[in-house]
Amino acid sequence: MARDGEGDEREPHPMVSGKALVKRFGGIAAVAGIDVEVRRGESFGFLGPNGAGKSSTMRMIACVSPRSDGELRVLGMDPETDGPRIRARIGVVPQLDNLDVELTVRQNLQVYGRYFGLSRAHVRAKAVELMAFAELSDRADDQVEPLSGGMKRRLTIARSMVNDPELLLLDEPTTGLDPQARHLLWGRLYQLKQQGVTQIITTHDMHEAEQLCDRLVVMDGGQIVAEGSPSNLIGRFSTREVLELRFAPGKQDGQITRVADLADRHEVLPDRLLLYADDGEATLEAVHARGVRPVSTLIRRSTLEDVFLRLTGRSLVE
Amino acid sequence: MRTMDTTQRAPGLVLRILPFGRYTRGPGSVVERSMRVHSRTWVIMVSGFAEPVVYLVAFQIGFGALVGQVAGPGGQPVDYVAFVAPALLAASAMNGAIFETTYPVFFKLRYAKVYDAMLATPLGPVDIALGEISWAVIRGGAYSVAFVVVMMGLVGSPFALLLVPAALLVSFAFASVGMALSTFLRSPSQFDYIRLMVMPLFLFSATFYPVSVYPDSVRWLVQVSPLYHGVELMRGLAAGVLDPSMIGHIGVLAALAAVGVAATSRRIGALLLG
Ligand SMILES: Nc1ncnc2c1ncn2[C@@H]1O[C@H](COP(=O)(O)OP(=O)(O)OP(=O)(O)O)[C@@H](O)[C@H]1O
Ligand SMILES: [Mg+2]
Repeated sequence: MARDGEGDEREPHPMVSGKALVKRFGGIAAVAGIDVEVRRGESFGFLGPNGAGKSSTMRMIACVSPRSDGELRVLGMDPETDGPRIRARIGVVPQLDNLDVELTVRQNLQVYGRYFGLSRAHVRAKAVELMAFAELSDRADDQVEPLSGGMKRRLTIARSMVNDPELLLLDEPTTGLDPQARHLLWGRLYQLKQQGVTQIITTHDMHEAEQLCDRLVVMDGGQIVAEGSPSNLIGRFSTREVLELRFAPGKQDGQITRVADLADRHEVLPDRLLLYADDGEATLEAVHARGVRPVSTLIRRSTLEDVFLRLTGRSLVE
Repeated sequence: MRTMDTTQRAPGLVLRILPFGRYTRGPGSVVERSMRVHSRTWVIMVSGFAEPVVYLVAFQIGFGALVGQVAGPGGQPVDYVAFVAPALLAASAMNGAIFETTYPVFFKLRYAKVYDAMLATPLGPVDIALGEISWAVIRGGAYSVAFVVVMMGLVGSPFALLLVPAALLVSFAFASVGMALSTFLRSPSQFDYIRLMVMPLFLFSATFYPVSVYPDSVRWLVQVSPLYHGVELMRGLAAGVLDPSMIGHIGVLAALAAVGVAATSRRIGALLLG
């Protein structure tokens, strides 16, 4: 009976499990065989540059894009055959807002709730609760179109929770939000996590990934290039500290050869050199001792950004 | 884990047996969306009804005096207005259905991404197709009832009441086909193609004169027109002349409706579930 392991408390199925998962568009493999497992209650991140295949993966999990190959189970079910049942229990924030511009803020929430078959009374109350959550109560009966980008984003996120989902899929949730709204949202997502809502988040924002994700994978070119917790990834793929050297315009060329051996590893970015070392202070002294004089220097802790740079050879922030 | 609202449990037995159950959870919520959207645009609804009535009154005043009587469905002479009124109703059902399922659908499909949002919920392509087409039929139905009331005043046959379900069938057929066609359009300028198709249907489907005025060689062309079947059906019903050929007319319209729903569902799936 419980072939899917549904409701089996001893060995609960993972919320999402993909094996050798592939998504092809024509000849191109947007997702080129990835293995992922998202456990109940965790916040899981997909990190990667533009075109890495994050959204393609999210759409397969959301049961709106059939997989081309491999295996996928969401909530213990197969998206191919149980799409509607799975979608009834998840919430989706797409990368691009698709709010209903012909409806008001309140109606957007109510009508969307009705798509899930929720009762009128239920969605009426839910809409009020969610507008408060998104701090949009004073715009309740306004049309959606004139809202600011950040307000629309918040409404999209509120909308994704109308069915009290067990699993929330957030594709770049904070893109376009100001710092305040972003912190507000991080707070709400943390709150939901406390309530046991599993979250899958894609982002370019390293800081966000460090803040939100218990575990994450770094994707590049449709493949997973690393997996772990943020601190684990930093420990594995970077040094404790980073020394950043900035030079006057046009003066950076050739400088790296004079200091490269002082660090475990280095990166040359268009506007600065990065030296990876466990002791940034000592490295900076050694740089100065060689007579290299950058216009400014910065010693900081390694972040996921550095891991990313190491793994993909590219900076995330263009 | 938080508890779910009781309304969203696993589908019942019937839905599990029917393969349809996988794809349709009830187009009702899609219709409901349209009702909310249009709850404040009743002015447009009024104009949709006014148009055929204006035609009708114009015919009554103008041609009524000029043309006098023509041969009706059973061969018996009828007033020209009584002859043309059912056809006008059929044509207006067609126009309304096409209007409702072309530009608005195109906008929701290509720009507003309304259907993408729906597909992220338990709704599927069949729900969207049925929901949108139903809305067009409901709206068309409201017009036809109003039209029939006016028509009964002018023509006075109680059979005219039968025109309401017939008008719904015509709406359904054209809404289905209209929505299916809309999924193939890529830019708003391509709506001219649809207008180009509808215009001759309106004029040459035995709407304003009996099919017998056409020479035999082109008569079959008229009979291919789906609107022709609507016109003949409604003209017969209005005159109270029931005829076995009506089953054929109903069959053609029902078949169009079914093909339209199936094609629309497939197209929405192909476009949005990639
Ligand atoms: N519907 C589609 N048809 C064809 N190609 C597609 C489609 N969707 C995505 N792709 C391609 O698949 C690749 C991965 O795209 P995807 O949107 O998954 O990347 P992403 O990691 O989400 O990028 P971004 O950070 O820019 O959102 C890209 O090369 C993209 O062009
Ligand atoms: Mg993306």
